[in-house]
Amino acid sequence: MDFPFELLINAVVAGLLLGAFYAAVTAGISISFGMLDIVNIGHPAFIILGSYIAYYFNINYHIDPIVTCLILSPIFYFLGTAIYQVYYLSFEKRGQQSLRGLAFFFGVLFVTEVLLLLAFGVDYRYVATSYIGPSIHVGFVDLPLRMLVPCIGSLILFGGLQLFISHTFTGRAVLAVSQDQLALQLMAVDPIRIKRIAFGVSIAVAAMAGAFLIIIQPVEPSVGREYIGRVFAICVLGGMGSMPGTLIAALLLGVIESITATFYGPSWAPAVSFGVLLLTLAFRPSGILGR
Amino acid sequence: MPLFILASIVVAIVIFILMRLPGIEYLFVAGYTIVQYIVLSTAWNILGGYCGYVNFGSAAFFALGAYSTVTLATFGLQLDELVPESMAPYFHLIFPLPIPVLIVIGGIVSGIVGFGTGYLTLRLRGAFFAIATLALSVVLATLVVNWDFVGGSGGAYVVRPGKFPGLGSYMQYLFLLMLGLAVLSVVLARWIERSRLGYGFAAIRDDELAAEASGVPTLRLKLIATTLSGALMGMAGAPFPYYIGYLAPASAFGLEYAVNSIAMPLIGGTTNWIGPVIGTILLGTLQQVTTVTISSAVNVLLVGVLLIAFVIIAPNGIVGLVQERLRARRQK
Repeated sequence: MDFPFELLINAVVAGLLLGAFYAAVTAGISISFGMLDIVNIGHPAFIILGSYIAYYFNINYHIDPIVTCLILSPIFYFLGTAIYQVYYLSFEKRGQQSLRGLAFFFGVLFVTEVLLLLAFGVDYRYVATSYIGPSIHVGFVDLPLRMLVPCIGSLILFGGLQLFISHTFTGRAVLAVSQDQLALQLMAVDPIRIKRIAFGVSIAVAAMAGAFLIIIQPVEPSVGREYIGRVFAICVLGGMGSMPGTLIAALLLGVIESITATFYGPSWAPAVSFGVLLLTLAFRPSGILGR
Repeated sequence: MPLFILASIVVAIVIFILMRLPGIEYLFVAGYTIVQYIVLSTAWNILGGYCGYVNFGSAAFFALGAYSTVTLATFGLQLDELVPESMAPYFHLIFPLPIPVLIVIGGIVSGIVGFGTGYLTLRLRGAFFAIATLALSVVLATLVVNWDFVGGSGGAYVVRPGKFPGLGSYMQYLFLLMLGLAVLSVVLARWIERSRLGYGFAAIRDDELAAEASGVPTLRLKLIATTLSGALMGMAGAPFPYYIGYLAPASAFGLEYAVNSIAMPLIGGTTNWIGPVIGTILLGTLQQVTTVTISSAVNVLLVGVLLIAFVIIAPNGIVGLVQERLRARRQK
C-alpha cells in the first residue's frame, strides 16, 4: 500500500498549491459579492482578460506575466471603478440590481469572452518563463515551480488584501459598507465612493489572478466559465466576505479537486465545485466562518 | 382566453402554410431555431420576468431535454442487448418512441431538475439561485462528457427519418411540433399573467418580503415557476437531436442558449407575454442574417452588446418603449 499513500500525499500537496491560487481568484469575488453585495458573475472574464494581456506582453516583449499584471493592476482598478459607476447609476440607484444588474454582468462576461475569441482565436495560449518547467523534490513530494510561484504570489496578495481590509481606514469602511450603509453615511463617509474603491480593488485583484492563472495552465477564452462555479462555491463556503474563511474554503476545495482528479480522472473535477456549492447551500448557507 | 388560444393556433397555421408556399426547405431549418427560441425565452420569462429570479442555466435544461431523447433513442437501438429476450417484443412495440412522447419525457426530466435546484436554493437570497443555475450547466456537461452511453465527449448520432407521412419532409414535422410548443408556452405565459398565480409572481418580483408578510406562499409559487420554466425548456430541447442529427455536449450546452434566452426577453420586455416573442423574432432574425452574412462569433457578440445596451438604456425593453410612447401621446 506504499504507492497510493505517496500518491495521496502528492495529491494533497498539489491541492494546497492549487487552493492558494483559488484563494487569489476568489478574493475579488469575496469583496464584490461577499461585502458589497454586487453579484459580479463577470469576474472570471476580468481574470481571463488579465491572462491574455500577460500572454501578449510575454510573447512580444518577454516580460514576466506577474510583472505585467502588477503594472496593469492600476488600470484594472480604474476599469473597475468605471464599471461600478455604470452599475450604480443604471441598476443600484433604480433598485434593479437583482434582475438587470445580473444580466448586465452576464453580458459583460459574454462580450469579453467573444472579444478575446475574435482577437486571439480558440487555441490554448501559454507563457514562457524560467520557472515553468522545473520542480523541487522534497522526499517523494513534487513541488512544480509553475504551481509554487503562483501559490506564493497568491498568498502574498491575499495577505496584503487582508491587511488592507483590517488595518486601513478605507478597508474598514468597506467592511462597514457591508454591514450598515446608512450608519456609514451618518459618519460622513460616502458609501458609494467606498463601494467604488472596493469594486476597483476587486477587479485589480482579478488582473493579478489572471497572471497566476496563465502560469498554472494554458488559457483559452471560455476557461473563465469553469471558474464561475468554483469562485462562488469558495465564496459561499468561506462565509461570504470573510477573508480567512475564503482562504480555508479555497484550500479545502483545491485539495478535494486534486484528490478527485488524481483518483477518478480530471474530467470529473469541474463537478466537484458544484457539488460543494449545492451541499453548502443546502446544509450550511452561512459557510464555514459565516457571520 | 379561449379566443386567444384559437387566435394563436390560427396564427401558427397561417405561418406554417405561408412557409410552405415558396418550397424552400431552408426556411424551416432557420425557422425552427427561431420558434425554438420563442419557447426558450417565454419559459425563461415565466421565472425571470414574472418572478424576478434569473436563470443562467437555460442551456442545462435545454440539454437535459435533448439528452433524455438521446438516451431513449440509444436505448431503442440497443434494445436486444439491454432487455431480456422474453421482454424484447413488447419494447419493440413502443420503441422508437414518437417525438411528442419524447417531448413530454424531456419536459418531465427538466421539470424535476428545475424543482430540485429551486428547492435547494430558492429559500436563500435570489443571487444564490442564479449562481446555482450557472454552475448546473457546468456539472451536467461534466456528467454527460463522462457518460459513454450517450456518446461522452465525442457526441451521439441520432438518425432523422427522411420523410414524414402527410407533410413531406421530416424537418417540416419538427418545425410543426416546435410551433405547437411555442403556442403552448405563449398561451401558458398569458394565462399565468392574468391568473392568481401571476399576481403572486408579480408580488414576489416587486417586494418579496412584503408578499410573504401579506400571506403570499412565496416559496411554493417560486417552485411552481421554476418547475414550469424548466419543463418548457426541456420540452424545447427534446426534439433537438433529431433536428441537428449529431449531438455533442458542446452544442447542447452552448452558452448561446443561456445568453439568448436571457437577452431575448430583456430586449423585448419582461412583464408581458408579447415581450419575449417580439425580442425573439427581432433578435432571432437578426442572428440568422448575421450568421449567414458575417460570422457566428460576430452574431454572438452582437447579442451581448445589445443585452448590455438594453438593460442600461431601456430597462423595460421594446414593449416598455412603446408603452411610454403611447402614454406620452395620450397626455398630449
